[in-house]
Amino acid sequence: MPRSALTGTRIRERRTMLGIKQADLARTVEISPSYLNLIEHNRRRIGGALLSRIARTLKVEVANLTQGAETEQVDQLSAAAAAHPEVNAEIDRIDEFVGRFPGWAALMSAQQRRLVQLEHHVASLVDRLAHDPFLSDSLHDILSKVSAIQSTASILVETDDLDEVWRHRFHRNLHADSGKLAEGASSLVDYLDAEGDAELGMVSPQEELESFLNSRAFHIDGLETEVPDLAETILEQDKAITSLAGKDLVRTYLWRYRDEALAMPLEAFTEAAEELGYDPARLAQRFECDIPAVFRRLASMPSDQGSRRIGLVVCDGAGALILRKATELLPLPRFGAACALWPLYRALTRPMAPVRAVLEHAGRPGHRFLCYAMSHASYPQGFGGPAVYEASMILVPPALVEPTDAEGPVEVIGTSCRICAVENCAARREPSILSDGFDSAAQLSQ
Amino acid sequence: MSHHVLLIEDEPNIMEAIRFFLSRDGWKVSCHSDGATAVSEVNRITPDVVVLDVMLPNRSGFDVLKELRAAPDTRDLPVLMLTAKGQTKDRERAEQLGSSGFMTKPFSNAEVLEKLRSMVGHA
Repeated sequence: MPRSALTGTRIRERRTMLGIKQADLARTVEISPSYLNLIEHNRRRIGGALLSRIARTLKVEVANLTQGAETEQVDQLSAAAAAHPEVNAEIDRIDEFVGRFPGWAALMSAQQRRLVQLEHHVASLVDRLAHDPFLSDSLHDILSKVSAIQSTASILVETDDLDEVWRHRFHRNLHADSGKLAEGASSLVDYLDAEGDAELGMVSPQEELESFLNSRAFHIDGLETEVPDLAETILEQDKAITSLAGKDLVRTYLWRYRDEALAMPLEAFTEAAEELGYDPARLAQRFECDIPAVFRRLASMPSDQGSRRIGLVVCDGAGALILRKATELLPLPRFGAACALWPLYRALTRPMAPVRAVLEHAGRPGHRFLCYAMSHASYPQGFGGPAVYEASMILVPPALVEPTDAEGPVEVIGTSCRICAVENCAARREPSILSDGFDSAAQLSQ
Repeated sequence: MSHHVLLIEDEPNIMEAIRFFLSRDGWKVSCHSDGATAVSEVNRITPDVVVLDVMLPNRSGFDVLKELRAAPDTRDLPVLMLTAKGQTKDRERAEQLGSSGFMTKPFSNAEVLEKLRSMVGHA
């Protein structure tokens, strides 16, 4: 939608500040006072030559009249309207709504933002319940122990002529199973308690690495310049990484980060990224680095605003996600498989072939962003060993590069099947818990 | 004549309890705990009925059932599936693969006995 939200309000404020009467301004820019009045009350859209004339008369840049904090509100309200098309909200009158009812607009905007946050949180929790291997194994183990206890107790109670040897044996089994049951229940409670403390805490070395990197938005300031042994210092200072395997993973990542930071110095890289439109291939050529390294470097660029943060996802040859940088663009599954429609997986089927796509998450209609993906092979055991494939994709927010039609059709993707409500998806592998009103099982069997 | 049941289950105390009450009911009971070799064990001892746990080491009970149903000799062999997961999708999958019955843990001994009796036509 055009960014003319509340331009009228700003024109009115500027005019009043300069002490110009509405009729005088209207006469200067050659429109009727009543038309200017409509513009100033956001009931008429304005742009082009008229806006330039008004800006010139008010001694202000056009951009100052067209951009402001309300733009984010308009975006939020547009997203809310797009998510519920059945309501038929008056999308063409959002500017007017924001202008006339700023308090209500701010409230609705805040609620929409909160709603998206909660949806992401719920998606993560549902994802965990559905796919967390520890939870699944623990519950299976507990149910097995309960079954053994119930079956054994039934025998003890219902068998009147049970001989002493069997009685003793079953008592011993009961004792052992009840002990194991208590242990299993206790460890499950500890696990869930820890989860409560850390919300979505860490359970594996790989997650320790991801948590370490996400807590820094993948940017590690201390490794941007040549300071000896700083990687070890950073590692030692981080008390959240507790496992040796986790420390090794982080250490390896930090060393590579430093190599890449020196090969692609931040200031020069940032300038080049803006100049080259964040195109990874052109950046790779400019800095003589490989594309996966450029992907990581792009993801490591610092940003104070979440809306300008570049996302990164890496998977291995089996499609398992091995590195995820969280952004506002695409909720990432923590466990289990991701959406099969991600360009990441398309890249995996065509090693070294670049993939570019304009994406839109099914849960966030209208929010489009650019994605680059590529996979490559490495041969850690030489020519005699197996090829190890890895694919990476970056997600470039529209705040950095606004996708255009030239980039191809918009591809609608999800996070994972369990939490995706897209009907008739050709790539669906399991029913969705959101599949109200359509028979996912039947769909799967097709 | 007693019926022969093969119990494929990796939880030893469940196995012992089931073996005990089936034996007392007059069944001949054989036990096996590994998924990878379960099919060859079925072919070796040719039981009248199989009690098959879904979660087995090395190979799932679903895969074992699928292979049994694909072979002419075991296509019609009665198989009672046991699982700790009582989810609908597990039951549906067992039915799709051709299980003769399905029970979720925890189960009652009497129900297992009754189910097995009906599966071999033994009232």
